[in-house]
Amino acid sequence: MEDLLAARAQMAMSLAFHIIFASVGMAMPLLMVIAEALWLKTGAKVYLLLAKQWAKGTAILFAVGAVSGTVLSFELGLLWPGFMNYAGPIIGMPFSLEGLAFFLEAIFLGIYLYGWERVQRYAHWFAGVMVLISGTLSGIFVVTANAWMNTPTGFSIANGTVTDINPVAAMLNPSSFSQCLHMCLAAFLAVAFATAGIHAYYLRRDRSNIFHRKAFAIALTVGSVMALLQPISGDISAKRLAKHQPIKLAAMEGQWETVHGAPLRIGGIPFEEFEETRYAIEIPKALSFLVHADFNAKIMGLKEIPKENRPPVAIVHIAFQLMVACGIVLLVAGCLGGWLAWRRKSLPIEGWYLRFVTLCTPLGFIAIEAGWTVTEVGRQPWVIYNIMRTADAVTPMPHLIVPFLSFTVLYIFLSIIVIILLRRLFRSTLAKAVSAGKI
Amino acid sequence: MFEFEFCIAGVMLISLILYVLTGGADFGGGIWDVFATGARANAQRKLITEAIAPIWEANHVWLIVIVVLLFVAFPPAFAAISTALHIPLTLMLIGIVLRGSAFVFRTYDVKEAGEHEPDRNEEREQSGPAYRRWSRVFAGASIITPIMLGVTLGAVATGTIHVNVENGQVDTDFVSSWLAPFPFAIGFFTLTLCALLAAVYLTLETEDSALQEDFRRRALIAAGSVGVMAWLSFMLSAEGAPTIRRGLSSSTWAICFHIITGTVSVTGMWAIWKRRFRLASALVPIQVGLIIFGWGVAQYPYLVAPALTFSNSAAPAVVLRLLLIIVGVGAVIVLPAFYYLYVVFKGRRRT
Ligand code: HDD
Ligand code: HEM
Ligand code: HEM
Repeated sequence: MEDLLAARAQMAMSLAFHIIFASVGMAMPLLMVIAEALWLKTGAKVYLLLAKQWAKGTAILFAVGAVSGTVLSFELGLLWPGFMNYAGPIIGMPFSLEGLAFFLEAIFLGIYLYGWERVQRYAHWFAGVMVLISGTLSGIFVVTANAWMNTPTGFSIANGTVTDINPVAAMLNPSSFSQCLHMCLAAFLAVAFATAGIHAYYLRRDRSNIFHRKAFAIALTVGSVMALLQPISGDISAKRLAKHQPIKLAAMEGQWETVHGAPLRIGGIPFEEFEETRYAIEIPKALSFLVHADFNAKIMGLKEIPKENRPPVAIVHIAFQLMVACGIVLLVAGCLGGWLAWRRKSLPIEGWYLRFVTLCTPLGFIAIEAGWTVTEVGRQPWVIYNIMRTADAVTPMPHLIVPFLSFTVLYIFLSIIVIILLRRLFRSTLAKAVSAGKI
Repeated sequence: MFEFEFCIAGVMLISLILYVLTGGADFGGGIWDVFATGARANAQRKLITEAIAPIWEANHVWLIVIVVLLFVAFPPAFAAISTALHIPLTLMLIGIVLRGSAFVFRTYDVKEAGEHEPDRNEEREQSGPAYRRWSRVFAGASIITPIMLGVTLGAVATGTIHVNVENGQVDTDFVSSWLAPFPFAIGFFTLTLCALLAAVYLTLETEDSALQEDFRRRALIAAGSVGVMAWLSFMLSAEGAPTIRRGLSSSTWAICFHIITGTVSVTGMWAIWKRRFRLASALVPIQVGLIIFGWGVAQYPYLVAPALTFSNSAAPAVVLRLLLIIVGVGAVIVLPAFYYLYVVFKGRRRT
């Protein structure tokens, strides 16, 4: 394997691994804080038990998130010294703010996880709120760094060197708002539905189990709200792309020709050798309408730029379809749940609905991975859009295949262990929950 | 002298000291996990686990702060170090990943298994096969990681990472800067420092005087090893790191500095011997802090000798000023929270 390819693969693998744990670190505190607040308010023991059990799972996942994040911080230099040498000062601000947020997150998480008996009830709940806030902030900060790679601002270039650095402007670049919003919603959505799915699985075996009923209710409510908001925020992202990264949008849609009134394609396979997208269902003029609110608006096509500057179109297009498909299924799940609950004035625990939600367990995470593939692969061949090519950023270190394979094996191993431990945790939760159900 | 870049460099040095004093001691805990022996082996392991469980993730963030400050404030240095020292840094990262995950896996593997069989008592749980397997990984990783951290710092000090200041290219074979006696001496020196810190802190973590004795003995052994490694590193620096050697031996302040560090170390050892554990756990961190501080000052004015100094590798002043503001605000927010964490988990034993 060529070194550049190995470096890209290692970066992609490390990020894809980290993002799962990072999402959990952002979103589980929300669920725990809600459960604990309900305990403080109602005094019902089941909520306390719920918060404690969720905290145990979070402890495992958070530790893996923290160590895999550390790997990423170093990998920026280990793999892309050229990029960091260039971009370090410009995007340093979000990274240093992120460091601050990590501190608060790790400190209050320590108090939250191990301090049940050591601090007062309200101080404990407050620690949970702090974890939620600082976790979300750390996600936001790092995504602004990524947004800058998509729409670099806040500096100018004179004779090939960077001058006039304005780190604040770099952080508040045109993509920051839409990407951060979309990522935060994605984390809450994916984690809430995964949680709801797991509890739905256990509820199907024992409908009267009060522990799983409460857990399902909290997670499904959070997930449904996020599922409603996510397509709106995705639309904001797409509009921003049309303005700032039209080629990425063209790749997402498999749009080769520049036209007025471009269609929205569902499915289909873009063929780079023929420069066209085949087998897609086309909704006439819908794309133009969605991104410009005008059925005849002009959409730029891939043929507009030379071949060597185009991203791998098929990957981007298919990943985008996958993300949207997952989003729609989750939206349906959320709306159905709301409708059932409203009609029956109680928790929707019909067997078929529980099975449906169980099947939704991985969808949010699949959408997150697919969405990041769209963003990152769609930016190729640039690491900093229109400024630095990925090939120019890579380290001169030879044999990069070795660290790539080592980290891959390590992460596969960790994933297996995490799954085994979580399964064991759920089983023992089950044992406890049954006894709690008899309270 | 008091330019922004020196302020940032100072913050980095303080962060490194705090990282070794807190995170380093967590690694030290792992080292003593390997050497948990005798009738109280399980009690020792339990003490170590309970001492580090709530705080290690917060302690670990100091390392991230150092890396972030390095790449924001001194980007060419970050690029050069992570290119030339790719291999030891990667080994350190693997160590970090395995240490952290094995530690939580170990905690949750036994607890949850135990819930199925409530009749299993804790003692037996801790000697169960899953616990022992994870302990081995945790302990091994706790040894590799500080060694590799020390090797990295030692390699930076050798002055063999040649950077072309014009274009930032590093001239390196990726191996010879770090695969040498001096960096490894620093690696093992770091390891002994971590072991010493952990043993001294652990004497305060328990009321059980037998356990205290165990860790007292370990602290004495570690303090002796620190002395040996300090001497060995200093000897090897003549050839391995001439710049540092000059900084550490030629000037009057250097002599005074050696005398102070030496006095603190010997007094610390005496305090351990006399079972003045509270005093020892104040003196030993000062000793370790002084050692790292001395190294940092001896590096001056080079960040990555011979080409990169603090001044010629610094990011533009706007960036540094903003960074300092963030560091200042961050300190006001983080330090009280960090203190609170320690009060919650470490304060009680004092009363
Ligand atoms: C639960 C996850 C999830 C779901 C259901 C969706 N997305 Fe998404 N999407 C992401 C998770 C995500 C993401 C992983 O978080 C990305 C990657 C980068 C980013 O900012 O968000 C993303 C990126 C992303 C981008 C590219 C932004 C860029 O390159 O900067 C667009 C245009 C959309 N999304 C649009 C949508 C639309 C129209 C959806 C309709 C249902 C949708 N997403 C559902
Ligand atoms: C979109 C991508 C990312 C998001 C949303 C994100 C978010 C988070 C969150 C919420 C955490 C808290 C720990 C946890 O939950 O396990 C975390 C940990 C961490 N992340 Fe990421 N991250 C992302 C990518 C990155 C990247 C690219 C880097 C490196 C430059 C990075 C570095 C870290 C580090 C060092 C930690 C450990 C902090 C600690 O010890 O507490 N992350 N990340
Ligand atoms: C966590 C979610 C993310 C995922 C799943 C992800 C995925 C990827 C993928 C698939 C690539 C390889 C692209 C290719 O070579 O075709 C890549 C490259 C890269 N990503 Fe991301 N990314 C994420 C977030 C981030 C963030 C937050 C940052 C920076 C702050 C970042 C920085 C980079 C860099 C520097 C590269 C290498 C250069 C390049 O290939 O353009 N990524 N990522």
